[in-house]
Amino acid sequence: MTEDTIAAVATALGEGSIAVVRISGPEAVEKIAPLFRSKTDLRQAPTHTVNYGWMVDPVNGAVLDEVLVTVMKGPRSFTAEDVVEISTHGGIVAVQAVLELVLRSGIRMAEPGEFTKRAFLNGRIDLAQAEAVIDLIRSKSNRAFQIAQKQSEGALSKRIVPLRQKLLELLAHVEVNIDYPEHDVADMTAASIKETCGEALKTVEELLKTAAEGKILREGIVTAIVGRPNAGKSSLLNALAQENKAIVTDIPGTTRDIIEETVSLAGIPLRLLDTAGIRETSDVVERIGVERSRGALNEADLILLVLNHAEPLHEDERQLLEELADRPAIVVVNKMDLAGDLELDEVRKRFDEDRIVRISAKEGAGIEALEKAVSKLFFGGGIESEDLTYVSNARHIALLHQAGQSLKDAMASSDEGIPIDLIQIDLASAWERLGEIVGDTASESLLDQIFSQFCLGK
Amino acid sequence: MGYLGGDYDVIVIGAGHAGCEAALASARMGCETLLLTINLDMVAFMPCNPSIGGPAKGHVVREIDALGGEMGRNIDKTFIQMRMLNTGKGPAVHALRAQADKFLYQHTMKETIEKTEHLTLRQGMAEDLIVEDGVCRGVITKTGAEYRAKAVVLTTGTYLRGKVIIGELMYESGPNNQQPSIKLSETLRRIGLELARFKTGTPPRVHQDTIDFSKTEIQPGDDNPKYFSFETIYAEQANDQIPCWLTYTSEETHKIINDNLHRAPMFSGQIEGTGPRYCPSIEDKIVRFADKPKHQIFLEPEGRNTKEYYVQGLSTSMPEDVQLNILRSIPGLEKVEMMRTGYAIEYDAVVPTQLWPSLETKIVSGLFTAGQINGTSGYEEAAGQGIMAGINAARKVKGEEPVIIERSAGYIGVMIDDLVTKGTNEPYRLLTSRAEYRLLLRHDNADLRLTPLGHAIGLIPEERYARFLEKKAKVEAEIERLKETRFKPDEQVLGLLASRESAPIQNTVDGVTLLRRPEITYADLEKLSPSPVELTDDIKEQVEIQIKYAGYIDKQLQQVERLAKMEKKRIPENIDYSIIHGLATEAKQKLDKVRPLSLGQASRISGVTPSDLSILLVHLEQFNRTKAASGG
Repeated sequence: MTEDTIAAVATALGEGSIAVVRISGPEAVEKIAPLFRSKTDLRQAPTHTVNYGWMVDPVNGAVLDEVLVTVMKGPRSFTAEDVVEISTHGGIVAVQAVLELVLRSGIRMAEPGEFTKRAFLNGRIDLAQAEAVIDLIRSKSNRAFQIAQKQSEGALSKRIVPLRQKLLELLAHVEVNIDYPEHDVADMTAASIKETCGEALKTVEELLKTAAEGKILREGIVTAIVGRPNAGKSSLLNALAQENKAIVTDIPGTTRDIIEETVSLAGIPLRLLDTAGIRETSDVVERIGVERSRGALNEADLILLVLNHAEPLHEDERQLLEELADRPAIVVVNKMDLAGDLELDEVRKRFDEDRIVRISAKEGAGIEALEKAVSKLFFGGGIESEDLTYVSNARHIALLHQAGQSLKDAMASSDEGIPIDLIQIDLASAWERLGEIVGDTASESLLDQIFSQFCLGK
Repeated sequence: MGYLGGDYDVIVIGAGHAGCEAALASARMGCETLLLTINLDMVAFMPCNPSIGGPAKGHVVREIDALGGEMGRNIDKTFIQMRMLNTGKGPAVHALRAQADKFLYQHTMKETIEKTEHLTLRQGMAEDLIVEDGVCRGVITKTGAEYRAKAVVLTTGTYLRGKVIIGELMYESGPNNQQPSIKLSETLRRIGLELARFKTGTPPRVHQDTIDFSKTEIQPGDDNPKYFSFETIYAEQANDQIPCWLTYTSEETHKIINDNLHRAPMFSGQIEGTGPRYCPSIEDKIVRFADKPKHQIFLEPEGRNTKEYYVQGLSTSMPEDVQLNILRSIPGLEKVEMMRTGYAIEYDAVVPTQLWPSLETKIVSGLFTAGQINGTSGYEEAAGQGIMAGINAARKVKGEEPVIIERSAGYIGVMIDDLVTKGTNEPYRLLTSRAEYRLLLRHDNADLRLTPLGHAIGLIPEERYARFLEKKAKVEAEIERLKETRFKPDEQVLGLLASRESAPIQNTVDGVTLLRRPEITYADLEKLSPSPVELTDDIKEQVEIQIKYAGYIDKQLQQVERLAKMEKKRIPENIDYSIIHGLATEAKQKLDKVRPLSLGQASRISGVTPSDLSILLVHLEQFNRTKAASGG
């Protein structure tokens, strides 16, 4: 099965000194060439050569990064298709920008495990590996699914869902005009199509602007650090911040006293909740009271429960252990440098060894183990390419661009007096692209909308 | 007491719209065919509205015609009014709709069936199926006749365990007080088919002479109507059409209904079947859309030689006395006489995911089902399935592969794929919005899409096929000619552009470029540069549409092309999903239930994710390579 052209980040997420965007498929060279400024035209570049140059946005001529581009023509490539690999500078920003540019050129974001799948289907991977290929697809998709689930509750979804609803109502109206021409439903006018599309386009453009500012990109795992006074929450916080020099940003929260801070742990951005509270009082639980600490716990994607190795378990801690056993929580046993009175057996009753980490925040020891535990909890082990935590945002941006284009097309068609059933094609396409962002592509919802919005029948 | 009634290739049970098409297709393909019906006077009966066509439905009628079916020809002979709908919209959604003389429609269809070679029409109620080793071998009727066959097509409509409901009154009945088919339903359960319970309904009929038409709006037919069949050139009734009339419910109507809701079976819990959302009863509409002050009511004549009028919009199962009050609360119907009472009808339907895309049941080989029994609603939907079931039953008898129409080739394909892949939890009606390639599935190009197939399976005679090929060639030649024809910015061309408020051209352009302008028509170009050969209106229309909408059409063709590989990737019928490593449990269950024949069909099952498809694909590749390696 020859396929379309796909792209994804092929290197580990995190702080490596370079990152690679891999593109595979029949249009790989043709689509990348116009984005690459160099002495060599990629279309002329011999196979298996490395070419030096810059990735440039063809729309405004902006230089995104200095890169090395490798061209490998099929079948002598990983997938046996034409492959282009763009090596960018490391970190998140450069690779993100390049991937976004690549996706905007009409190349599709690879599905989880898709390069490997193609390699297998094209005979590059031995038959004996079939099960391993399947395992890879399964595990990567499960991970992508988890991430998508989280995102579906995120800020972006909250903007897109109502937008889609408006488009859906418009689509339902158009469909009713088409399928029930004699029904007493007023014909959808070009003016109201333009109005709805214009509003939708405004939101899409706003979202793209925020994305450009990097806010969407930096959504990370919302993390709560909890524990009794003196367990060492603030020293853990300091250790995390120090260990990972890259504190990405300070985002003021919605209320004045909650400050979020993002640290990067093994390349995973963690958004720490209420760090100010931890620093000021070293006593979250006491200061914010039970209600609020419940709130923080409910909100968090990851909970770090800090226990003091030097002291026996307190009743509050027993209760927390019980409550957190079924949550994405890790027990951080701090002050390992001190002699231990903590009854670890009791912790083990509720938490696997994988979810118990021993550290000494004071001496900065054990942070690596914490990294591993977090990484295992969220990604089932080492973090590798195609993990969608941040990459999917590039996909979102590409989808937003496509949706925006469809909305513009619909508006232009309305101006030209194109019939509504043709404008519908662009409307539906905008609705579907936005649906891909929030993970909802069910077409049944259109029929549901038609029959709940209009009274139809003979 | 039983006796051998006869030996046939194919038996069709039920002579409604599905059964007639199935039987005709099978017989015309040379199979000895028996068509059994409970009542010979009910052949091709229209138990609900006396009309055929409309968006998507009219498209299906043209597809049936392009395949060599009868519905289009029959309505062209018997319509009393013809209208093209949606003319203000794009060509893909133009839709022909006819009002039928429902009695003439029946008689004409019956006559065609009676005259068809290899086809036997007989009255009889099928009660049992002969199933031997999982293969259907025939049927047994109530009167004890045993008919043997190599394939059986069930087209039982709403007769299966039918139950009519009018207010507090409930009785076992088929449509229009016909005998219901009770035992056959039990037979289907016994052989292992899962049945669903659906509901539909019909409005009362009233006497023409008691209607005050002055209080209604006239709805005439088209002056120069088009026809359903590509073979119909002219129909006499075109000049003698009968109008329909439009009126509305009143405040009083709504009050009567609201005051009597406690007597409405829909709300008192008497009705257990699931009714269609798109065909709600008037009481349903008034409850669900309480804000809507009035609802449209169309008064449609049921024929040329009858006074009966169908009251469209007033489908109801209210008690008879309430129905009369409702009718008389409507402007124009104050003194109306009700001739037939509206009713709701419940019936058994086969859960359609138990069918292959050929419409053969998965559990009993040689047993096909089509029409309302498969959970659809509408004469056209029934007929569309009927012709396919008839074709595939005949092909089965001849040992040939089934014919399956792709979603990109016809609404019939969209409908059958939806039914067998997704199932339906309410009576299924075709809508153009169900088609992902609406622009390809046009009303005007049904012959281009399906006539070659109709010819290949033996339903389109050679002379008709020759005419089709000639038309196709002329369309292509004319498009070529317009591509080659140059238009200079001279006085004549600029004058025409100006008269159409179209921007003047600066340089010489070809005809295709000009015709792509929304404001320029083929008729305009024809004035500047007429075709050297004479072209019919049909051909001119086709040329114009293909050129004007080429951009959109090409986009959809590319999508079809992209997905074609998925559609062509076959999945073996006997694949064991339970042992496929890595498939999600939900996907295993769903795939096992539907047993899709292609990866494309698998992709449309809800709950089967893209990664499940990838895994399935890897598995198929592994399977094929292993087979190749072992020389299998």
